[in-house]
Parts: sequence; structure tokens; C-alpha cells
Amino acid sequence: MARMQRREFLNLSALAAGGTLLASRLAFGRSDTRKPRFVLIIMRGALDGLATVAPYGDRDYAALRGDLALRAPGERNGALPLEGFFGLHPALAFLQQCYAARELTVFHALASPYRERSHFDGQDVLENGSARAHALTTGWLNRALERAPAPGQREAGVALGQNMPLVMRGPAAVTSWSASKLTALDEDTLGRLTDLYANDALLATRLADALAADAIAGDGAGSGAGMMPDAPDKNGQAPRARYAQVVRAAAGFLRQESGPKVAVFDTTGWDTHANEGGAQGQLAARLASLDAALATLKQELGATWGDTAVLMVTEFGRTAAINGTRGTDHGTATAAFLVGGAVAGGRVIADWPGLSARALYEGRDLAPTLDLRSVLKGLLHEHLSVPSRELERTVFPDSAAAQPLRGLVRT
Amino acid sequence: MRESFTSAIAANRFGLGARPGELAGIADDGRDWLRAQLRAAPPPIADPQLRPSQEILAQALELRQELRASRKADGAASAAQPGAEDGAASALQKLPQFLRPIYVSEVSARFRAAVTTDRPLIERLTQFWTNHFAVSVDKQLLAGLAGSFEREAIRPQVLGTFSELLLSVETHPAMLLYLDNHLSVGPHSELALRRGRRAQARALGINENLAREILELHTLGVGGGYSQGDVTTFAEVITGWSIGGAEGGRFAGGEPGKFLFRAGQHEPGAKRVLGTRYPDRGYEQGVAVLRDLAAHPATAHFIAVKLARHFIADDPPPAAVARLAQAFTVSGGDLPTVYRALIDSREAWAQPLAKYKTPSDYIVSGFRGLSLPVDAQHAPLAPYELLGQRTWAPGSPAGWPDRGADWDGASALMKRIEWADAVGQRLGNRCDAVQLAPQLLGANLSAATAGAVAHAASPAQAVTLLLAAPEFMRR
Repeated sequence: MARMQRREFLNLSALAAGGTLLASRLAFGRSDTRKPRFVLIIMRGALDGLATVAPYGDRDYAALRGDLALRAPGERNGALPLEGFFGLHPALAFLQQCYAARELTVFHALASPYRERSHFDGQDVLENGSARAHALTTGWLNRALERAPAPGQREAGVALGQNMPLVMRGPAAVTSWSASKLTALDEDTLGRLTDLYANDALLATRLADALAADAIAGDGAGSGAGMMPDAPDKNGQAPRARYAQVVRAAAGFLRQESGPKVAVFDTTGWDTHANEGGAQGQLAARLASLDAALATLKQELGATWGDTAVLMVTEFGRTAAINGTRGTDHGTATAAFLVGGAVAGGRVIADWPGLSARALYEGRDLAPTLDLRSVLKGLLHEHLSVPSRELERTVFPDSAAAQPLRGLVRT
Repeated sequence: MRESFTSAIAANRFGLGARPGELAGIADDGRDWLRAQLRAAPPPIADPQLRPSQEILAQALELRQELRASRKADGAASAAQPGAEDGAASALQKLPQFLRPIYVSEVSARFRAAVTTDRPLIERLTQFWTNHFAVSVDKQLLAGLAGSFEREAIRPQVLGTFSELLLSVETHPAMLLYLDNHLSVGPHSELALRRGRRAQARALGINENLAREILELHTLGVGGGYSQGDVTTFAEVITGWSIGGAEGGRFAGGEPGKFLFRAGQHEPGAKRVLGTRYPDRGYEQGVAVLRDLAAHPATAHFIAVKLARHFIADDPPPAAVARLAQAFTVSGGDLPTVYRALIDSREAWAQPLAKYKTPSDYIVSGFRGLSLPVDAQHAPLAPYELLGQRTWAPGSPAGWPDRGADWDGASALMKRIEWADAVGQRLGNRCDAVQLAPQLLGANLSAATAGAVAHAASPAQAVTLLLAAPEFMRR
């Protein structure tokens, strides 16, 4: 397993800020031969980064987390090994394999520019790509797709779900898709509806997008045959079956030569105010479902996995200490994950601020030391070839202070 | 604006979609029709099957207790004889088996009221406030409580004052359970101090979930001027707002399933919230904070924005918002006064079809317009599932979003068309869409839709085209 020295990863963000000429030249050089795929998984509800990627080597961690703290790898309730300071939650066995295979990079003490604690504004900032909630009505991923070279594609991206999340709204042609159990509509009715929508710009576009997505899905996205429509998350149980179905559909789209190269979907249930659990429990069950979904995604993508980067992000983190109800309240910095065959992984990238009372943000949260936009800018540039100038100007306006991280994907 | 537009807007935007004959009944002034609906108390949902939340919750808590007991017994049994643990497995099934039929009959009763009512404004307002004070059935017990929460805490208050509505919501067991407040304990409360004297007991403390969402989502709104300190202090103020239960330990006592102020859980002392000092008067301390929050100018503005967004446009005109906020403030939060200001707002009538229907609006208006049968308990479940808006399941305390962009996805449109097609197939030639179209859409009916419906290949296809028409997608 690739191990990095703590000193080395602590220096990574400094290194990234300077940028490495070599890496960026390589990124330009190969854009014509690769067929990069990108999957964005939004973890809505504020993921507890300190439970998911446990800094068991931090001397204040165990006291803050009490009996919910994860121990060092190998001990009872131990984390899975990353390097000798951080460990992965034991429910994330597949992700740990990816780390060992150098296909997973973990970011920690990371935050978007948002510094309040509202889920809804936090998600808005996470998705709109500006520093303020509601400052923009389109999403950074859509604006990036508009600026990325994508010849020969009707739809640049697909949202797995009925509606379009903010991050994918905007000028670039994107679609949404979810499986259906009703019988197919007849061509004549669809033709008449197309006519009926001719003077309605919104519905005309939506119908055309839906038909395009269905055509691609018919070619293979439905290879998860017998797919059911979005099953509800019954009584708060971990939605393993639904995640599996969604990633199968995503893989079906991404495998296609002329299909969308970007897929987005949501996961929910991360808002663990009470009875969060430690090595086992509520959060563990959610993480295990997500981990299983990622394993399914890799399997379903086949060779395409090698061109794929999957980013998992949440709106903010949770309090460093456990609250009065064995859970955690809304916080600030958290962890994020970049996984896939295209990822230059096997690393934890974190400028660790520590968890002492003085180090905590506003005396309660993990302090942010890495701007999410640094990750996004580096990734969009190197992986999807979005020009740096556009990243600064239109995709992440006013983000000059967040220098792109380089070297996130394989060269 | 031609008067005929006011009836189409009244029935479709303020109402839940016209039923055949409804537009004719509204005659020429949609405004009068709406104002008249505000004059009598909100009609209760009269269904003998439905039970009060207290009964449901008491029984659910008993089932939980049974589950715990059988888990303990299984532990003992499996120690003595491995493989003997099936008591808990059968107890585990009992709670969902108990809750599911309650959810189904509540959804069905609410849906029937929406489809058949002749005061649709009241149903829309009830749904609006339920969404403002959202709970979600993703949390297990809420599947049994969301319906009675709406019937008990919201529906009877929608024509009262905001302050009364707020208090009835925040003291309802469904809300306390949903946002964890029953578990929140003052760190210096009697209970915490007693516990602290015992060695190895885990510390008790507050959970700020309900306090934060009251400030952010129920009253002031996210930019409403409160700080993290206000959230924490307000959470301390409402420690002890809990539920009576037969369960052992600290949930024993009180009437099972009913609101209970647990003084021993309450953080003692005077508290300062948003600059005002509140002396410790136990339960009344929290009531006093809620009263002040209800009267706060930020609350007036926040409620005005949400109502205007729901009834006027996704980005409501500031002048209309200001007028609603003014009506709210001047009347002391008297809701009918605010609704009348809304009805009197020119902006609400200026642009037909400004709002894209939510899936729920779409389904209810389809059932109303085509007089689809609602007798079967399961009538609404499948379409709500298909179109992606399971009743009382917004998944977050922010409720369902209220802007077109949140609902107008490509796949979502396809689902509506698929449902419209299924309805057309089912009705076949039992329905005359050509004759219905002007009755449902009135002045909103376009020549293109009228033509498409008239020239459809079959009566079934005519129904599909009517339901899928651009002006039926909007309100």
C-alpha cells in the first residue's frame, strides 16, 4: 500500500498552490486521446467527516467523540488504514481497497466558502459555485460543461433522478433520467406532444432531452434489466437497493461512446443529529450502502472505470464533539472523496488544523483549511479539460484565492 | 385583464384545479369566490377511521417497548440455546405493520378532501403550511404521525393567527420527535446533574436541531439576523419540551403520546435570545420566545416571501411581498388578513400560468378535472410515487421546494406524460376531453391545445393530450 508521510501530505496544498508546470502541461497534452468520465455524488444533509475519516492520531479526537470514536486500525472498533493518522470508517471496505490500489484520494478539513450552518443555503453554495447562497441560479458543473470540449454529444450530462439538481442547471444541454415501470408511450402521441409543445420553449426542450436520454438508455443504460422506479427509502433504512439501481443506470449512460460523460446523483440521510452510531449504527449503515454502490459502479463500468473520477461532496461538516443525544449538530469543515481508475490516489490531502479547543472553528467545528473549489478547479481542468480562464471567470467567479490543486488525476 | 382570466386563475392557482362546472360557478369575480372561502372555520377531515396522534403514538411507543423487551429476552434465550432468537424478529415487524395502514388511510383521506372540496383554497393553505412546517415520514414514527399532525396542529389553525399556528406546531409530538427535541437535555438540568453523579454514565446535553429549524425555517428565515449563540440558547430554552411515554427510563411519566413539559430536563436560568432576556418560567419561557419570534419583522417578511412565491411567482415582485409583510405586521399575524392582501394583490392576477405545478398539484388537478374515483384507499399512492412526491416525505425539514426549476426536469415531464397516458387508456371513450377542456382551463385554454384535443386519434389520446398540455402543467 502506498503510504505517504504526514509531512508530505501536509505540504501538498502548499505545493498545489504553486502548481506544477509538469502536471498542467501533461493535462493539456492528453486531452485529445482520453475519454474522461465524471460522476458527482452529492451527500445531502452534512456528512460527519470526523466519523467517516477518523483522525485517530489526533490527541483530542477520542475525548471529543467518546465511545463513538473509531480506534486505530486493528483495534476493536478500529478504522480501516489510510496512513498513520487518519483511518476510514470500517463500513467503507471497498473505498479502502481503492485507496490501497491508489484509486482513492481523501480530502479533509475541507469546506466550501459557506460559513453558516443552514443545510439549504450550504447546498446552494455547494452547487452554484459562487461564494454566496442564491448568488447564481445555474450550477458550476453545467457552466463547466458548457466550456469543456465535447464534440458529437446531444447531452453533455445526465442527472439520475426526475429533476435537475442546481449544480447541473444552466445553458449546457443536460438531461435527467429515471427508470419507469409504465408501458412505453406510442410514437403518435409523442409526435403530437412535440407539436403541442412547439411554442413552449421549456417543455419543448425538456421533452427533447427526455427522448434523447431514453434513446441512450434503450441502448444500454437499462442493462440493469428489471429496474424499478425510484423506490422510497422505507422507514429510514439504508437505501442499498436504490443506490445500486442508480449507479447501474449511471454506468449504462457513461459506458456509451456518444453518451453523456458526466453523471450526477444525490444521496441523503447524512443529517445525524441523534444516535449517529460509531463503528456500527445509523451512519455506518448509510456508508455501507454508499460503499456497496461504488463497488457496483466500478463493476458496471468495466473498462470505463479507468477513465472515471467520482467525487463525493457534502455541504458542510458537523460539530467536533458529540451532542447531548449521541449525534452531532451542524458544523463547518468535513471530508470529501475522489475515487476512480482515473484518480491519482492513495493519498490523504489535508492541512490538518487539529482538534484542540483553540483550533476549533468558533470553538465547536473542525476548522477549514482547504477550499472545496481548489479541488473542483483542479479536477475540472485536468480531467475534463475545462480551460483555467473559464474556471476563474464563469465557473467559479471570485475564487482566485482558491488555487487549483494539481495532479489529482493520473497522467 | 379579462374577467374570465380571474376565474381560471382563482380555480387553478389559488384552488387545486377546476372541477367540471366550477369555473361557471365562480362567475365573474374569482376574488369574491376566494374571499368567501375564508369566512367559515376550516372543514375538518371527517373520517371515522382516523385516530388522534396521541393514541397512535402511545401504541407505537408500546410496540417499541415490546421490541426492546423481546430483544433482551432473545439475548438471554440465545445464550441458553443458540438459534432461539425469533421473538425480536416478529416484534420488529409489528411497528411497520402498525404504522403503514395509518399512513395509507391518512394519505387517502387528505387526497379525497383535496379532490372533492368546494373550498379548495383552504386545502391549498393547509398543504402550504404543512410544507412550511415540514415533517418527513423517512423517520419511522412519523409515518404514523404526519397525517394526524396536519389534522391536529395545522388544519384547525390555518385561519387563525401565525402565533397560534406556530405554538400548536412546535408543541405537537410529531414535530418534537421529528427534530429530536424530546431527547434534548439541559446540561445543568436536574436530570443531567443526577446522571453526572453516577460514575461512567454518559453525559446528557442539548440537541439544537429543533431550535435551529424554528429560527431558520419556521420563523425568521435564514437571513433573519440570528447567530449560532441564539440557536444554542434557544435550544436550552426549549429543553424539556417532550412527550409522555410508557417507556422505561427517562421517558416514563406523563400521558403516553401527549406533549409533556419535563421540568427535570429543562436547563434552568434566565436566557437571552436575539437580545431579549427571558426569565426562567419553565415551559412558559419557550412560549414567550415563540411569541416574540412570531411577531418579529423578519418573520413577517419570510412568510410574505413564501406565500407570494407560492401564489404569485417563483421570484415574487418585491412590492407584493412588502404589502403582505405589512398586512402580517399590522394585523398581528392574522392569517386571513394576509390571505386577503394576497387576493387583493394585482400581481397575483397579472400573469396567468406563472407557476409550474408540483407533482401533487398536477395529480390533484387531474383527479378533479376528470372526476377520477378516489374511493380506493390506494388511489393516490401510485401516482405520487411515480411522479416523485410521496405525501409527507419531503426528506428534509425545509419541505418540498416551491420553484419551477425544482420540478420541471426532463424525466419528471416524461413521468407526467406517462401518467397522463395511463389515465387516458383507463378512461378511454368514457371521457369527452373536447368538451372538458374549456371547463377546466377556461381562458387559459390555447388554440393549439383545443385543436390538438379536438383532432386526437382517439378519446383516450384526447385525455392524454389535455392532461399533458402546457397550460395543464402550470397554474
